[in-house]
Amino acid sequence: MSNSVSNSVSDSMGSSVGKEPVAVVGIGQTKHVAARRDVSIAGLVREAAQRALVDAELTWADIDAVVIGKAPDFFEGVMMPELYLADALGAVGKPMLRVHTAGSVGGSTALVAANLVAGRVHGTVLTLAFEKQSESNAMWGLSLPIPFQQPLLAGAGGFFAPHVRAYMRRTGAPDTVGSLVAYKDRRNALKNPYAHLHEEDITLEKVQASPMLWDPIRYSETCPSSDGACAMILTGRAGAARSPRPPAWMHGGAMRSEPTLFAGKDFVSPQAGKDCAADVYRQAGITDPRREIDAAEIYVPFSWYEPMWLENLGFAAEGEGWKLTESGVTELDGDLPVNMSGGVLSTNPIGASGMIRFAEAALQVRGQAGAHQVEGARRALGHAYGGGAQFFAMWLVGAEPPAT
Amino acid sequence: MAPRKPSVMRPARDVAVVAFGQTDHLRSTDELSEVEMLMPVLHQVLAATGLRTSDIGFTCSGSCDYLAGRAFSFTMALDGVGAWPPISESHVEMDGAWALYEAWTALQTGEADTALVYSYGKSSPGSVRDVLTRQLDPYYLAPLWPDSVALAALQAQALIDAGETDEPALAGVARRSRADATANPHAQLSGSVAQGDYVVRPLRTGDCPPVGDGAAAVILAAGERARDLCERPAWIRGIDHRVEAHGLGVRDLTDSPSTRLAAERAGVFERPVDTAELHAPFTSQEVVLRKALRLGDDVTVNPSGGALAANPMMAAGLIRIGEAAARIHRGASHRAVAHATSGPCLQQNLVALLEGDTR
Repeated sequence: MSNSVSNSVSDSMGSSVGKEPVAVVGIGQTKHVAARRDVSIAGLVREAAQRALVDAELTWADIDAVVIGKAPDFFEGVMMPELYLADALGAVGKPMLRVHTAGSVGGSTALVAANLVAGRVHGTVLTLAFEKQSESNAMWGLSLPIPFQQPLLAGAGGFFAPHVRAYMRRTGAPDTVGSLVAYKDRRNALKNPYAHLHEEDITLEKVQASPMLWDPIRYSETCPSSDGACAMILTGRAGAARSPRPPAWMHGGAMRSEPTLFAGKDFVSPQAGKDCAADVYRQAGITDPRREIDAAEIYVPFSWYEPMWLENLGFAAEGEGWKLTESGVTELDGDLPVNMSGGVLSTNPIGASGMIRFAEAALQVRGQAGAHQVEGARRALGHAYGGGAQFFAMWLVGAEPPAT
Repeated sequence: MAPRKPSVMRPARDVAVVAFGQTDHLRSTDELSEVEMLMPVLHQVLAATGLRTSDIGFTCSGSCDYLAGRAFSFTMALDGVGAWPPISESHVEMDGAWALYEAWTALQTGEADTALVYSYGKSSPGSVRDVLTRQLDPYYLAPLWPDSVALAALQAQALIDAGETDEPALAGVARRSRADATANPHAQLSGSVAQGDYVVRPLRTGDCPPVGDGAAAVILAAGERARDLCERPAWIRGIDHRVEAHGLGVRDLTDSPSTRLAAERAGVFERPVDTAELHAPFTSQEVVLRKALRLGDDVTVNPSGGALAANPMMAAGLIRIGEAAARIHRGASHRAVAHATSGPCLQQNLVALLEGDTR
């Protein structure tokens, strides 16, 4: 995680140190739903963590450290909830870190955990992200009161809709592209038992007839509010060798941030997203992402962000992202499947949404994605973003250990 | 997997604190936004090293939405950092000491050689005693609103009952801290301060930290880069942190096993330290920490005055590391331990062992 200025220095020093390869050996999710009234916050996170341990065939005693992430504490009304969750996550007597980087937090949390392994600080790390949105109302939690902001915005949709409109104007994309994304992701979700929305009777016509919420974003083109948690167990080479199931190997990971507002900011394709992807591809030795990456789990909370991020991530030339979507390339059986799990459009426990992207990418290269498995997926991208399209976290995972 | 024994963790890379800056800590900073409060210390540490934002390999900050009263409060601070061109950056909803730990980890991977760490908190807009009740178990404890002073008082009484301290000894900690703080230009409370009345028995006003606003920043650098940037780098020989159970009823409040374990991992017990900067907001907590860290009377404890002289939430822990490092930079210390805490009654603790080059 270095910027371009220090790359030359850190590359040489990095190789002399030699990072420990990082493997994902356990993944656990809760069934994401609108409201988990049957469990406490502690019960919710423990359920995901237990499933990750079962998947890895490890016990709490095997975990050296816990890294937890979530979006703003106001969503549950608990300040720094990691303190209260220490017991539920088996962290007593262990190090526990709490990451918060807005919507990208699930991805950032996984990367912080990965660094603990890569830097040989700890051997095996449990990382987990969650949100229990039913405890409050996230839309108004995100609508800042005076004096912080003019009372113009209602939720994230109000913030992002103008940028979607800018993309449409800039590229001349047909109005229907957004509905195609939503229709695809909601159908993919039917193949994912953990997805929140299971709309068995979904049709393209229904998506296109749904009410306009934040013009040009329709109701069916927005993410739900979910209760859910996602956990992963990360370990090094020795831990991976003991893994009962194929591990997913981290080939690259990076975070990038830029300011919320400044003259020259490109909200449609932020520079931080481009830089983040470039760093990940450099680490992973990827030169042609469209050909070399088999599947991608991309943070798409509003349908139009699929074509927008396809361009930002280098999967399509500028102005061409919508053509991939329109021609079916991003369908589950297309040649670059995107959001096989149903994506954020079908499941959105905000703080966990980024980690779900990372975990779903790992499931694909482990061959453990079940009905939404992309056959033969060897390399997959997990992507998260947050704030005013300003915080980015990504990783690229592969079925084989990294070359170095 | 065999059960883990606490053992000293040897970092893969030598990383040092090469610069430290902090604001003057004030009871209220109504006229300043968090960004305005933070900016001068960012400029201070950058100027001390001659680095620009774009030279920094990794940036990590610590702050708290519950103090700011708004979601994503850290995004505004990022604007102040000047994250353009985009930077490699992360944030913890924890004291800045843990942001430093995350940055130290990033440097351990070799992906970065320098890191900027900052944290800030404004307690003045609300009643911090009440705000902190929101970090307690939301089902069984938070609804009772037990405030932070009341919980610390339980701990103090447990210490007195166990014969570990008494009220005059606690008053002595308060007196020494505020006296030492007279040499600290950033301190909020210094000099001769009356012990005052009970706030919550057995704690008097003098046993409690001042409530205030403040910010701090640190620059870390690895290997030779540290020597380039600082004449006498404060090397982080070890750093570790541990959390305890949340329920006070299952803890022995007179002890801090998490501090002891973190100190063991950090290598604090291998050789004596000359200085300790302890994040003990209440006098009674210094008693607990001295015991856990096995500090003798020959160790200089909190020469800055510690959290009893200035306790800006989210920054006070990072300031302990910064103060210890600054003493090494000045040649006033060779080997120092710095400590940070979070949560009720020292629930979570971080320990860093800092050392100067052997001359």
